[in-house]
Amino acid sequence: MSADATEGLDAFRLRARSWIRDNLKPVAAGASAGVLRNNSTDDEELAQIAHERELQRLLFDAGFAGLCFPVAYGGQGLTPAHQQAFNEELTGHEFPVRLQAPTISPCAAVILDFGTEEQKLAHLPAILRGDELWMQFLSEPGGGSDVAGAQTSAIRDGDEWVLNGSKVWTTGAWWSDWGLCLARTNWDVPKHRGLSVFMLPIHQTGIEVSRIEMLNGTKEFCQEFMTDVRVPDTDRIGEVDDGWTVGIRWMFHERMLHNSPYVTIPAGDAHAGIGASSVLRVARESGKLDNPWVRDLVGEARMLQLTSEALQQRLTEGMRSGAMSDQSAAIGRLLSGVVSTRTNTIAYEIAGGDSGAWTDDDGAITDCGSDFLMRQVSTIGGGTTEMARNVISERVLGMPRERTLDRDVPFRDVPRGGQS
Amino acid sequence: MLLNLTSDQEFFRDTTAKFLNEHAAPTEIRRLRDEPDGFVAEYWQRGAELGWTSLLVDEVHGGGSISGSGLLDLALVADEFGRHAAPGPLVPTNIVAGAISELSPDRHARVLSELLAGTSVASWCHLEPRPHDGLDDLVLDVRVDGSDLVLNGTKRPVESAGRASHLLVTGRTGGGFTQVLVAADTTGITVRPMHTIDITRRFSEVTFRDVRVPADAVLGEVAGADAQVERQFQQALVMANAETVGAMEFALGMTLEWAFDRYSFGRPLASYQELKHRFADMKTWLEAGHAISDLAAEAVSAGSGEAGELVSAAKAFLGQYGPELLQDCVQMHGGIGLTFEHDIHLFLRRVALDRSLHGTPAQHRQRIASIAMDVGKAA
Ligand SMILES: Cc1cc2nc3c(=O)[nH]c(=O)nc-3n(C[C@H](O)[C@H](O)[C@H](O)COP(=O)(O)OP(=O)(O)OC[C@H]3O[C@@H](n4cnc5c(N)ncnc54)[C@H](O)[C@@H]3O)c2cc1C
Repeated sequence: MSADATEGLDAFRLRARSWIRDNLKPVAAGASAGVLRNNSTDDEELAQIAHERELQRLLFDAGFAGLCFPVAYGGQGLTPAHQQAFNEELTGHEFPVRLQAPTISPCAAVILDFGTEEQKLAHLPAILRGDELWMQFLSEPGGGSDVAGAQTSAIRDGDEWVLNGSKVWTTGAWWSDWGLCLARTNWDVPKHRGLSVFMLPIHQTGIEVSRIEMLNGTKEFCQEFMTDVRVPDTDRIGEVDDGWTVGIRWMFHERMLHNSPYVTIPAGDAHAGIGASSVLRVARESGKLDNPWVRDLVGEARMLQLTSEALQQRLTEGMRSGAMSDQSAAIGRLLSGVVSTRTNTIAYEIAGGDSGAWTDDDGAITDCGSDFLMRQVSTIGGGTTEMARNVISERVLGMPRERTLDRDVPFRDVPRGGQS
Repeated sequence: MLLNLTSDQEFFRDTTAKFLNEHAAPTEIRRLRDEPDGFVAEYWQRGAELGWTSLLVDEVHGGGSISGSGLLDLALVADEFGRHAAPGPLVPTNIVAGAISELSPDRHARVLSELLAGTSVASWCHLEPRPHDGLDDLVLDVRVDGSDLVLNGTKRPVESAGRASHLLVTGRTGGGFTQVLVAADTTGITVRPMHTIDITRRFSEVTFRDVRVPADAVLGEVAGADAQVERQFQQALVMANAETVGAMEFALGMTLEWAFDRYSFGRPLASYQELKHRFADMKTWLEAGHAISDLAAEAVSAGSGEAGELVSAAKAFLGQYGPELLQDCVQMHGGIGLTFEHDIHLFLRRVALDRSLHGTPAQHRQRIASIAMDVGKAA
C-alpha cells in the first residue's frame, strides 16, 4: 500500500491510525522514561535493536517509513504535516527509536542534502528499510564544541582516502553499521576550509571500537580508533575541503531534531527523557499530589513542556517561511536543554528522600536519582547549550564574534591544548 | 506576536503603532503620572476610533474584527500597548464590551455604544482580596431577593474603577457564578483608590454593601455564568500575555542597542561573552514567550479544549520570564537603569504589573497541574 499523492491528510491519518493499531504493540506510559538508564544487558539490548530493525522494516513495507523522503529513495514524498499526523497517531505505541537519531536525522538528511545520486540510492532506501544504522563521527578527544577543529586526518591515495585519528562520544557505535565522518583533508588552510566528509562502515579492520562506561554504569558511549582506514573517494560526501558546507547543514539538522520532518517519534513526551508526564507520575506514585508545592512543580514542568513545543513550532514555521534564519534553530536547542535539566531537577525534588535511595518496588521513583546524575546529557549532547548561546548572540542577534586564534591561519599552526 | 499577519492585520497594527508613537511617547507617559485617570479622554476616544474597543463586539452591535478573530486582532493591539507601555483601560473595557455584546446587547445598548465610542469606560470586578485571592475563590455574594439581586462583598484590584461608568461584577449565587452589570454610582458601592507600581494604570478596591439591582442587570443566567467567567478570564489573559511579550521585545531591543553603544575597558558591552550569553537567554525567553502566547491566543479564540491549559502556561511562563528579562535589562544598563529619567522602568512596570494581575505564575502553575491531573495527561 503506497501513499496515494491525492490522499488527504485526514484520510492518511485514519489509515495510519488503523495500521498502527494493528501492527505496533502499545507501550505503557513511561516505559522508556529516564536518561540513558542502565537497565538492560548487552544481549537484551542487541535483541531490542534487532526488534527495532524489524519495526522499521514493517513501517517501510507498509509505506510509512521516510514520509518526507522522496519516493525515488524509498520514501513517500509526503509533507511535514503527514509526519506530524503519523507521530501523533504513534503516541503510546512501540517504535524503532534507535533508528531515528542520528541515523535518519542528521545522517540520512545530510546524505539527502549532499549525496550523489549513487550515494543516495545506495543508502537512503537501506536506511529506511532498517538495514543500516548510522553514527555521527564528529566529536574528537581534542574537542567537540569546536567541531571544525577536527584532527582526524584523511590523506588521498589514488581513488581512495586513508583515515587516521579518533572519534569519541558516539552513542551506540558498538551496535551500529555506518559512520558519517568529518575529517581534515588539508592542514595548510584555515580550519573551516580543509575539511571533508566521508561515509564508512564502522566494523572493519582498522577501526577499533571501545566502549566507555558512563557515570551511571551504561556503556553506550564509544570511542573509535582509526588506523589507516581506507575509504573510496566515491564514499566522500560533498566537495573535497568543502566539508564545512556539509557540516553547517549537519549541525542544523541536529539542532532541529525535535522538530524534524524526517523523524518518526511519538508526539508528546512519553518516548524518552524526563518530561512533564514523568513528573506527574513521580508525584502521583509518591502520593504527594495534594501538596501545593508539588502541584506548583508539576505545573511548572507542564508549562515548560508546552512552551518548548510551541517554540519548536514557531521556529519551524519561521525558518520555513524565511522570516527567521536557519541559525534560529539554536534558540530551540537552548530552550530544550534548559527545560530538560529543569524538569529533571523537578522530578528529583518531588521524589524527595526516595530519589537518593530506593527499592525495586518504588515505581516511577526508581532511578530518579541516577537520572539526576545524568542531567547534563541534555545540555551537552547534540552540541552544548553554551555553543547555542554563542550562535544566538553572534548569528541571530549579530553581536561581536569572540576573538579566536584559529581564523586566517593554516590549521597546522593553530594552538592546541593537551589531549584527553 | 504572530509570524504571519494578513496585510489587513499589518495595516491595523501599524495604525495603532503610529498613533502610540505620537501620543504615548515616554515623555507623555511620565507626565501622566500626575493625571488622575492615567490617560486623557481624547486619547482614549481616538483609540476607540482606531478599533481598540470594538474587537470583541459583534458586528451587528457596532463592533467587528479585522481578521475574523477579534481576539487575535485585540492581541495585536495589546502587543503594541506593551511595546509602548501605553496608557488606557484596554483589558477591562474590552472584557465588559464583549460580555455585553454576547449576553445583553439590547438591555445595555447605551452602555455598549459609549464603550465602543470610547466616551465611557467600564471595569471588570473579578478577583478578590486576601484570604480569598485564589483564582476560583470568589465569595462576593449575589443574593436573589424577589425581583432584585443584592450584592455584598469586595473586589480588588479593579482596573479603572475610579473612572468607570459601569462595573461588571462577578459573584457567587450558591454553587454558581452570577454576573451583574451595575452603574458605578449605585448606592452601596464604595470605590477606594489603591497605590500601584504602574504609572498610567489606576486600580481600586471596590466594596459592595447591600447593593440592590433589578434582575435584568444580570448578564447571562443567575448561578450559570461559570463558562462565561472562564472565557472572560482567558480573554484577559490573552491580552495581558500579548502586552508582556510586546514590552519584553521592546526592552530587549533597546538594551541590545545600549550594549553596542556602551563601552567598558575599551570594548562594547556587546562583545563580552558573559553578557552575550545572557542576551541569548533573553532572546530565547522572548521567542518562547511569543510562541506560547500566540498558541494560547489561537486556542482561546477557537474555543479549543486546550485553551485553559495553554493560556495558563503562557501566563505562568511570561509572568516568570518577563520580569526576569526586564530586570536583566536593568542590570545591563547599570545605574542609569534605576532612574526615573530612563525609559526601561516603564516596561519593567508594565511587565511586573501584568505578572501580578489575573493570577500569579504560581497560581497558574497550580491551575495547570489541576488540569493535567484531571485529564490524567500522563495516565
Ligand atoms: C549523550 C551524548 C551523546 C553524544 N553523541 C555523540 C555522537 O553520536 N557523535 C559525536 O560526534 N558526538 C556525540 N556527543 C558529543 C557531544 O557532541 C560533545 O560532547 C559536545 O559537542 C561537547 O564537546 P566536548 O565534550 O568535547 O566538550 P568541549 O568542547 O571541550 O567543551 C567543554 C565545555 O566548554 C564549553 N565551551 C567550549 N567552547 C566554548 C566556547 N567557545 N564558548 C563557550 N563555552 C565553550 C562547552 O560548552 C562545555 O561546557 C554526545 C554527547 C552526549 C552527552
